[in-house]
Amino acid sequence: MLAAAPIVIQLALGAMALALVLGLLVALARISKSRILRGIALVYVEVMRGTPLLVQLVYIFFVLPAIGVNIDPVPAGILGLGLNYAAYLSEVFRSAILSVEAGQTEAALSLGYTPGKALWKVVLPQSFIVSLGPIGNYFIAMVKDTALTSVIAVTEILKTANIINAQTFETTQVYTAAALLYLLISLPLSRIVSALEKRARIHV
Amino acid sequence: MSDEVIVSVRDVHKTFTVTKTPGMVGRLRGTRKEVNRIEVLKGVDLDVHKGQTVVILGSSGSGKSTLLRCMNKLETIDSGRILVNGHMVGYEERGGKLVDEKASVTAQKRTDLGMVFQQFNLFLNKTALGNVMAPLQDVKKMSRPDAEQHALENLRRVGLLDRKDNYPSKLSGGQKQRVAIARALAMDPSVMLFDEPTSALDPELVEEVLAVIKAIAAQGTTMVIVTHEMQFARDIADIIVVMDQGVIVEKGTPNEVFFKPKHAKTYALLKRSGLAVEPPAA
Repeated sequence: MLAAAPIVIQLALGAMALALVLGLLVALARISKSRILRGIALVYVEVMRGTPLLVQLVYIFFVLPAIGVNIDPVPAGILGLGLNYAAYLSEVFRSAILSVEAGQTEAALSLGYTPGKALWKVVLPQSFIVSLGPIGNYFIAMVKDTALTSVIAVTEILKTANIINAQTFETTQVYTAAALLYLLISLPLSRIVSALEKRARIHV
Repeated sequence: MSDEVIVSVRDVHKTFTVTKTPGMVGRLRGTRKEVNRIEVLKGVDLDVHKGQTVVILGSSGSGKSTLLRCMNKLETIDSGRILVNGHMVGYEERGGKLVDEKASVTAQKRTDLGMVFQQFNLFLNKTALGNVMAPLQDVKKMSRPDAEQHALENLRRVGLLDRKDNYPSKLSGGQKQRVAIARALAMDPSVMLFDEPTSALDPELVEEVLAVIKAIAAQGTTMVIVTHEMQFARDIADIIVVMDQGVIVEKGTPNEVFFKPKHAKTYALLKRSGLAVEPPAA
């Protein structure tokens, strides 16, 4: 079962990377001047938050092949988790960006930054600091949500536990071990997250 | 002082449009939006010559801050022209009409105007030195060592070399404002704009900031200052401009304005700050 732990880390890291990049893009779209971009981003967020992650994973793995898109279990898991968490992270980024005072942008503009550069160099670094805590929490939640990928044939911890259980019928031991393993991964993560947050927040 | 005009303001008009979400009655009546139009600038003319210190006085709502913010297009104008070194900032003229120019062109032109805000607006995630260095690197594309050297020189000008590694959260209001001044100065603008630079400060911190501004003025920097500090205005200004309800009601040297105010508004301002003289002959 320990051998499945790296898969969990791989899923979580890959999906988080995807969610961070996509989440930022969606957040920028939601605050953009273009109505079309805002509309697309809003629909994306509502659909992703309004349907269960489990259904989304099943959709990617079992429905997409019907239209000729075949994705292996692990990439499908990363994609599903990433797309779903991007919606939540976009809301984190959006509120963090809006929480940076308008004066910061005005100061940057007055110093000759273009609006884009002011966003990139002045506003986003500050909003990222504000977002660190929520991002960390979502990352820990995601580690646990990797268990859902067991239904799309990813041999992660839960799937492995199911297999062992089917062979040994040691139900109590097997699932207790699985639960402990998740705990073993998330506990240090939450310590790291709060330490990071503390460090970053000192000045802002 | 020379005849060269750095900032030229000609017949500038500006209207704020305030839209309010309708209340319950309005919603029932089907009124979508209540719109309030406030004319903040009603035809303002002003010339700022090279090396001059122009101080704009006026009560709140008189349009003085708006005028300042129009100079670097932090606020838009409806009509008229504002030229900085002969160029419009933020607009180009097409068929006699003002059209927004490309943002990158505006950004380039804005480097010619340094602005100091009431609320300092230091970048909170950067040290004092980092604040001054950031635009030098990001906008002026200076190398890190050059930017650092130039930033240190400007921190020295405002007397904060020993605070260079402090984050804004560890600086007093006066120190923050001095860093903000250094940050704007470091860009070597042809004019410095001060928007009520001491209004957000505790009384005991006002003097250190005013002293820095005076020192910079003494070095021949062209500046436009919006302030409520009357004594300071009298000490520093070459020209004092008094605004009221979107127009300039009085303009003159400190001696003219302080000792022979022509407009009732000027007299009222002087009286309120305890510098009252004879009321203007009606």
